[in-house]
Amino acid sequence: MAKNIQTEIEKLKNQIVYLGTAVQENMQKSVKALWGKNIEMARQVIDRDKDEIDTFEINVEEECLRLLALHQPVAGDLRFIVTVLKINNDLERIGDLAAKIADKVLLLHAVDPVKFATDTMRIPEMFNSMFEKTVWMFHNTMDAFVNEDTDLAYRVCLEDDEVDRAKGEIRNQMEEIIMRDPAQHVYLAKLISVARSLERIADHCTNICEDIIYMAQGRIVRHHITR
Amino acid sequence: MLTKDSAIIRIDNPQVEIEDLNLYYGTSQALKNLNFGIPAHQVTALIGPSGCGKSTLLRCINRMNDLVDGLHLEGLIKINGENINDPSLDVIELRRKVGMVFQKWNPFPKSIYENIVYGLRIAGIQDRTVLDEAAEKCLKKAALWDEVKDRLHQSAMGLSGGQMQRLCIARAIAVSPEIILMDEPCSALDPRSTSRIEDLIRELRGEYTIIIVTHNMQQAARISDYTAYMYLGELVEYGPTQTLFTMPGKKETEDYITGRFG
Repeated sequence: MAKNIQTEIEKLKNQIVYLGTAVQENMQKSVKALWGKNIEMARQVIDRDKDEIDTFEINVEEECLRLLALHQPVAGDLRFIVTVLKINNDLERIGDLAAKIADKVLLLHAVDPVKFATDTMRIPEMFNSMFEKTVWMFHNTMDAFVNEDTDLAYRVCLEDDEVDRAKGEIRNQMEEIIMRDPAQHVYLAKLISVARSLERIADHCTNICEDIIYMAQGRIVRHHITR
Repeated sequence: MLTKDSAIIRIDNPQVEIEDLNLYYGTSQALKNLNFGIPAHQVTALIGPSGCGKSTLLRCINRMNDLVDGLHLEGLIKINGENINDPSLDVIELRRKVGMVFQKWNPFPKSIYENIVYGLRIAGIQDRTVLDEAAEKCLKKAALWDEVKDRLHQSAMGLSGGQMQRLCIARAIAVSPEIILMDEPCSALDPRSTSRIEDLIRELRGEYTIIIVTHNMQQAARISDYTAYMYLGELVEYGPTQTLFTMPGKKETEDYITGRFG
């Protein structure tokens, strides 16, 4: 039985890594589709979320429940399985947010693109910067999980403030443009929603990292990370 | 992570104190330099692989090892501050104070009623009313009363295994012990009987100090307040059960309770 649960735990770890990879690919594709106005790519993101990521999440959850019932794990094994249950849920939500960005690509396709004024040319650049920070957080979250690296998990949690700030700046800039030119409202409101999705993805990364710290150290640090 | 020393917590005002305890069967050392305290009115579980010394330690607490040939003991075991190996101590009185329940139930080949009142009769109590009241009270405490109240004078040997084990617990508490030692009391019982004994242990806790040896990790996690993990005669880790089973301080403990050991 002992060897059995170690094998099962290793399998579970690989499943989370696989799910994480699928979610990251979808995240990157959704933003690429946004700026490239690639409708086909956006549809791929939405389909993969529905067909693969959502199904995979349920499989992982069932696997965790089976291990809890059959092996009644304790100590490190228990913390690992409980953490995987929670991470699994966060990854699925990140997948949903990537699909939500892809949805916006489909909607924006029907709207005339905004003509950025000279003083607002920085908007795509700001989006890219926010997106890079979010991807950095996600990538390092998965690394922290695989290596049980609590230092890295802490660093990811601290980065969340940067993403929040970037989102705030984007929203402020967009609101200024809308005030000047209300005709841009439909297009820009959807872009604000994209920024909001990226910010939520960063929040989920923070949740996952807090759970990784619990998994490795047995301490619940949620709501107590000092910035 | 805790250090080697801090993996063994110190109990304030322990009821049982074990100090520098070493025990030898001939030349073979079974217990090595044990130092810890067991709190009153709590359940303390002793866990560890076969041969680690947990049953030996349990049997030291009411001097059940006295008649073992070649046994040699060093160090102190105190109950309520009194050295139980003091030559002037009355062993019968010690065993009245420290009752024991074994792996295999061992009712006397007498009636259910006589099993319960046996200890009281030995102590000289003859008053029928006192004995009747004691029998009812103990059987109720052992959650057996409703099942046997109509056949108190029938042989105890006709009870099921689980009922016989609860009868042995009732018999142990009839003489008003302070401490009850349990040596794998559920290992020969089915899950339902095990669950009833576990419920009983939880109910008795608070009134009695219970020290239980078990090989069932989940059982130790479910019923005990403190857990001691022993290996090769040494105490490796000792602390609150919740901590030991969620975040053990030592890798050896984690390896054992997660089944990676041996």
